[in-house]
Amino acid sequence: MSFEINGKTYETDEEGYLINLSEWDEEAAKYLAKEEKVDMTDNHWEVINFLREYYNDYQIAPAIRVLTKAIGKKLGPEKGSNKYLYELFPYGPAKQACKIAGLPKPTGCI
Amino acid sequence: MTESTGGIEVEEETAGRVKKFMFVNRKAPYGTIYALEGLEVVLISAAFDQDVSLAFVDDGVYELVKGQATKGIDVKNFSPTYRALEGYDIEKLYVDAESLKARGLTEENLIVPVEVLSNEEMADLMAAQDVVISF
Repeated sequence: MSFEINGKTYETDEEGYLINLSEWDEEAAKYLAKEEKVDMTDNHWEVINFLREYYNDYQIAPAIRVLTKAIGKKLGPEKGSNKYLYELFPYGPAKQACKIAGLPKPTGCI
Repeated sequence: MTESTGGIEVEEETAGRVKKFMFVNRKAPYGTIYALEGLEVVLISAAFDQDVSLAFVDDGVYELVKGQATKGIDVKNFSPTYRALEGYDIEKLYVDAESLKARGLTEENLIVPVEVLSNEEMADLMAAQDVVISF
């Protein structure tokens, strides 16, 4: 499977996750967000950028519990909660935000 | 050790009790899938709030060596993921002293803080586990 923006083709797996992480760019994120019916705000981008940094550092997509804790530490305790992240990404922050960030599905994510 | 692999049968009196799980890593990081699969199982195990520890023995100590360069063999270098374990509250990493020494390695060559144990200490620690799973 794949999608195309401005002549650039992005390969995805059967669940819509990008296959080649290095292909990710903001245009791809916007497309994936639209597919997930997420209206991207600065708060959304903050989480997406955080996830990309996390992946860059550790080579995995974090479990939701780990994500909330790390976000709380970095962006402030009011943002380090399941409630905040589920408001931004209603169908599961780990799953939805990782997809938009161009990361693989988190290990152990069901 | 009271069970060989993850207890599927949960006895009533032990249900809900935190168990001591040790994951033993014995193989070099690349060439087989054991190291990576073992790490994935460890990450998943973190979700179950058990007492998890990791042991690195034999070639398993290579999993933690700094500066792994995998471009030439065209596989992902997953060693940075060991540094994520702390965020998963998995902080008990034990390395066998003899295995390190036999490979000309010291603690300074490893990407994460570990506790180096003698054979005897490692054996005692394994004996104290509820479950030991080897990769």
